[in-house]
Amino acid sequence: MVPILEVKNLRTQYKTESGLVKAVDGVSYYINEQEIVGVVGESGCGKSVTQLSVMRLINSPGEIVGGEILFEGQNLLQFKANGPEMRRIRGAKISMVFQEPMTSLNPVLTIGQQLIEILEVHLGMSRKNARQRVIEMLDLVGIPGASSRIDDYPHNFSGGMRQRVMIAMALLCNPKLIIADEPTTALDVTTQAQLFELMKSMVERFKSSLVIVTHNLGIVARYAHRIYIMYAGRIVEEGSCKEIFRNPRHPYTIGLLKSVPRLDDQEGKRLVPIEGMPPDLIQMPSTCAFLPRCSYSIEQCRVEPWPELRKVEGTKHYVRCYLKTEAWEQCRSHSATT
Amino acid sequence: MSMDSSGMIRAKSPRISELRRLIKVMCNRVVVVVGIGIIAFFILVAIFAPMLAAHDPLYTYLESILNPPSGIHPLGTDQVGRDVLSRLIYGTRISFLVGIFGVTIAGTLGMGLGLVAGYFGGWVNAIIMRCIDALLAIPPIVLMMAISAILGGGLFNVLIAIGFGMMPTYCRLMCAQVTVLKENDYILVLQTAGASSWRIMRHLFINAFPPLLVLITTNLGTAILMEAGLSFLGIGILPPTPSWGAMIYDGRRLLFSNPILSLAPGGAIMLIVLAFNIVGDGLRDALDPKLRGTL
Repeated sequence: MVPILEVKNLRTQYKTESGLVKAVDGVSYYINEQEIVGVVGESGCGKSVTQLSVMRLINSPGEIVGGEILFEGQNLLQFKANGPEMRRIRGAKISMVFQEPMTSLNPVLTIGQQLIEILEVHLGMSRKNARQRVIEMLDLVGIPGASSRIDDYPHNFSGGMRQRVMIAMALLCNPKLIIADEPTTALDVTTQAQLFELMKSMVERFKSSLVIVTHNLGIVARYAHRIYIMYAGRIVEEGSCKEIFRNPRHPYTIGLLKSVPRLDDQEGKRLVPIEGMPPDLIQMPSTCAFLPRCSYSIEQCRVEPWPELRKVEGTKHYVRCYLKTEAWEQCRSHSATT
Repeated sequence: MSMDSSGMIRAKSPRISELRRLIKVMCNRVVVVVGIGIIAFFILVAIFAPMLAAHDPLYTYLESILNPPSGIHPLGTDQVGRDVLSRLIYGTRISFLVGIFGVTIAGTLGMGLGLVAGYFGGWVNAIIMRCIDALLAIPPIVLMMAISAILGGGLFNVLIAIGFGMMPTYCRLMCAQVTVLKENDYILVLQTAGASSWRIMRHLFINAFPPLLVLITTNLGTAILMEAGLSFLGIGILPPTPSWGAMIYDGRRLLFSNPILSLAPGGAIMLIVLAFNIVGDGLRDALDPKLRGTL
């Protein structure tokens, strides 16, 4: 199957006064048609910058310095960032849902005006038809009384409802790919679950692919088919959802899993944080970036440079670590006892 | 309340209710209502000037020069025998023309440049804003005198002078607003939705407009004052067109013998400028979200 989006060795950097920040440093990933993919990592690991790079929305002082972004076989990096080709792709073929529903809509325009505008821009629809389509879409994402709510302003909606509006907005032009950048972080847990169910049913209905960017492994566990774990601007582990949760191989992934509460945890069990801080992206060591925080490091980690993503024998699982099969089996069992 | 196609009962459109709320808040204060009343009065006077004025403002009654107020000439006549009240009434037209078009020129130029400077930032911003800074460094009255002196008098040239004199404020305010507003999430959302720069600027403009509306209102008064000033200095509206500023100028030598010649247009200017300022203040308070409902 030909992936709908294939990113190869993407590198995005920010020139700052204190030095060059390598926010995304050689990231490669792909998304198949109608696939839900999770991108997981802690704050500042480059997951959002990666997605904005795909949209070509990196503003100065940031710059995409290398790599390829193949979308439907076209390299998006050949287009001007603000040129007409990119504008035709954004919103129409790739759309995004952001973290903050409270501030993602223009407060002085009705949601109808904002959504209709998108249809007018991309599909050249008449205002009347566009309005009808927007009402249908709002209805579809579960906004009661859509035909009257369309004339309401964003402040007339709750956070969860606004995020539904944002999802409707993202789906309007029936895009091939939807990127949801921490779409529910600002909402409460019950609303989160509802929204993810909604997004899942919507992408199935519209046959789109979905990228969920999050720091919450629990969310992707339920919805993603495949997962990428990012650390310090690189992908450290890739695998199917099952594989990642059953057999995490990178010590960072194991750490992430240990820091999330589970329903089947024994009572009184403490969550284990990952000690230390993420590395300074300006002065990256040539060795593994996770080394200072890793409790399972071996001599090879300290001497040799950070390995590339390597396939684990006999699986579709890729990991960026020197630890051998026996070693990570050991460290997982160790983690089970603590 | 009305029923729409889906059979749901709904309130009036939120946009209209917002406008109503604004008007209601403004009308809660007596001064603001008085201000609006004064402006409305002058607007009516300007529109119906030919019906209200008993005499031709340009006609010289040679037999009655410098007449005191009387039944025929309620405010008397000037040095060349023209009816002062009629000139005052026709002068309202000039004042409003100058106010409205002066502010339109200043606003369009200033807000346009400010929007472009704020949105694009970088060197575009640097070039535009340094030019504006240079304009701001010259006192507006001096700037306008220079422009009028070069272009000569006349209504059109006065409008250009006033437009340029007031433009820098609009530009600065717009630029500052846009610089802050463009960092908002909804601008990023617009970008991801494939909006062009032009479209994004339109969104920014709508959001940046309320504070500028207050400036426009108060500037309507300022523009009238500026025209009066220029005409007083003899580089504004050309005689014999009736302009309040020129009327004060003409009457200044007779201030002790015939004070009404200067006091009448002076009072009119004071009243209209005051009214615009009061309404501008009222508008500012009504638009201020922190003061909402408390006024």
